[in-house]
Amino acid sequence: MAEFADTTPGKRSQGLPALADKPLAVRGMTVSYGQKPAVFSLDMTVEDGSMTAIIGPNGAGKSTTLKAVLGIVPRLSGMVSVYGAPLAKARHRIAYVPQRASVDWDFPTRVIDVVLMGMARELGLLGLVRERHRERAFHCLDRVGMKDFAERQIGQLSGGQQQRVFLARALAQGADLYLLDEPFAGVDAATERAIIDVLKSLKDEGRTVVAVHHDLSTVRDYFDRVMMINVRKVAEGRVSEAFNEANLQQAYGGRLAANLMDQLQLGGH
Amino acid sequence: MGGEFVMLSLVPIAIGVLAAIACALPGNFLVLRRQALIGDAISHVVLPGIVVAFLVTGMVNSWAMMAGAAGAAVVAVMLIELIRRLGRIEPGAAMGVAFTALFAFGVLLLEQSDTSSVHLDVQHALYGNLESLIWVEATGWGSLLDPVALAGLPPELPRIAIVAAATLLYTLLLWRPLKISTFDEGFARVLGMRTNLIGLSLVIMAAIAAVAAFDAVGSIIVIAMFICPPAAARLMTNRLEVQVLWSVAFAVFSAVIGYVLAGYGPLWLGGEDAVSAAGMIATVSGLVLAIAALYAPHRKRSGAPADA
Repeated sequence: MAEFADTTPGKRSQGLPALADKPLAVRGMTVSYGQKPAVFSLDMTVEDGSMTAIIGPNGAGKSTTLKAVLGIVPRLSGMVSVYGAPLAKARHRIAYVPQRASVDWDFPTRVIDVVLMGMARELGLLGLVRERHRERAFHCLDRVGMKDFAERQIGQLSGGQQQRVFLARALAQGADLYLLDEPFAGVDAATERAIIDVLKSLKDEGRTVVAVHHDLSTVRDYFDRVMMINVRKVAEGRVSEAFNEANLQQAYGGRLAANLMDQLQLGGH
Repeated sequence: MGGEFVMLSLVPIAIGVLAAIACALPGNFLVLRRQALIGDAISHVVLPGIVVAFLVTGMVNSWAMMAGAAGAAVVAVMLIELIRRLGRIEPGAAMGVAFTALFAFGVLLLEQSDTSSVHLDVQHALYGNLESLIWVEATGWGSLLDPVALAGLPPELPRIAIVAAATLLYTLLLWRPLKISTFDEGFARVLGMRTNLIGLSLVIMAAIAAVAAFDAVGSIIVIAMFICPPAAARLMTNRLEVQVLWSVAFAVFSAVIGYVLAGYGPLWLGGEDAVSAAGMIATVSGLVLAIAALYAPHRKRSGAPADA
């Protein structure tokens, strides 16, 4: 329970039981790589069955937020609750899609093997990959339109195909909460379509999706909730309410060009 | 050639083969993790570890030396991590600083302490002494079934056999965590794997292999076996499972051919003396890598970095 030892005193009233129906709740999370915090005292609540975009300028701590929530990078302080439980007890309910560039695609392995990695928890240390596991892996590849590539070496894929394989691996985790780090970065239009279709089908199945997102023009089409951060939280809420010019200006520090604002066709103040 | 071969060559070849396998198995993961240099680092920091173990126990006790060497390896790994974080430099440079400093420290220790009575010297550390590990009691192939003759086997053989078996067991047992955490460390952590511990266990396993091999065959062969067979094997296939099998095959090939060439090659060329077996084994493994780099089926890969 050490994860909760450093909760800020004032927040104690919002203990774990109260957050049991929230797929993800973050309270007072601070993360630092050096002297300057990358994420400062962040609060975040992800609603069940929602599709949430985490947006913010470069270096705002979007990816860091995901990684700290997942325990990939250490938190300085704060608590994270996944369906009302500490992360260590809820790992089976989380699936993760890292940034495509975070791994070496020259690694000697095939597409199907990467998808099977998503089942590592249920396979255990020495469990053999059986026919039913392979069938499920093929099914996951089918959902992202990559079934015909199962035997390919991963280095032979295009960037978009690699991203789809990562999504298939997350599907193989069979989770309730999906955390994706820039799933649409540098992918072709067909892949973007395929990924958003899968994410929407996950939502239709009652699962929850959180994605770090960089393309402001698609936020309203793809997501129903938004989390704007720039080291600190700027805004959080329904896209129809929180995704407005004032919040964007605050998050992006006025760096957002006026014509982008026009493109987004925001109502303004 | 039966009797003479069993007495003079069988044990050195077996030790060479086992040492090569023990190093090549963890070497596959080290190379894929861009940590190949760590094999180099370990085989150097082993020296101060062994000297300290000798100074503490006062004798050439192999197990004490192994413990000392493994301890030194752990110290080196922590030192590398420390230098990398505090100095904010890239891991390769941190390794370079750590292992040269520790090796130099080992040389100083060796000079200052009275180790003249035992065969601890820098030359031995580099090249080992494979050729001296002869099986005096052997009279022929029948000696393999003779308990009295078997008792006279050089102790290096059972030791490296145990370590080779341990690396094999380690690779089989931790296959899945090793593979996943080597490919995608962040994802492995999300699955709940203790990636730091996996990385540390790999380095310790490599250290144990390096120490056991070092005693018999010297550090040159250790460095070569960590890198050359796995690197050549990577060029043969696009599957990790197959790569590891190829690396073992290349390791065995290098050990056997290298030993034979060292022992008989100079004679065939009209020379008189044999050359260093460890040096020749390392050379053969380098040639295998060179040939693989020129002719292996998977040397051109779309995902491969341009400078690799």
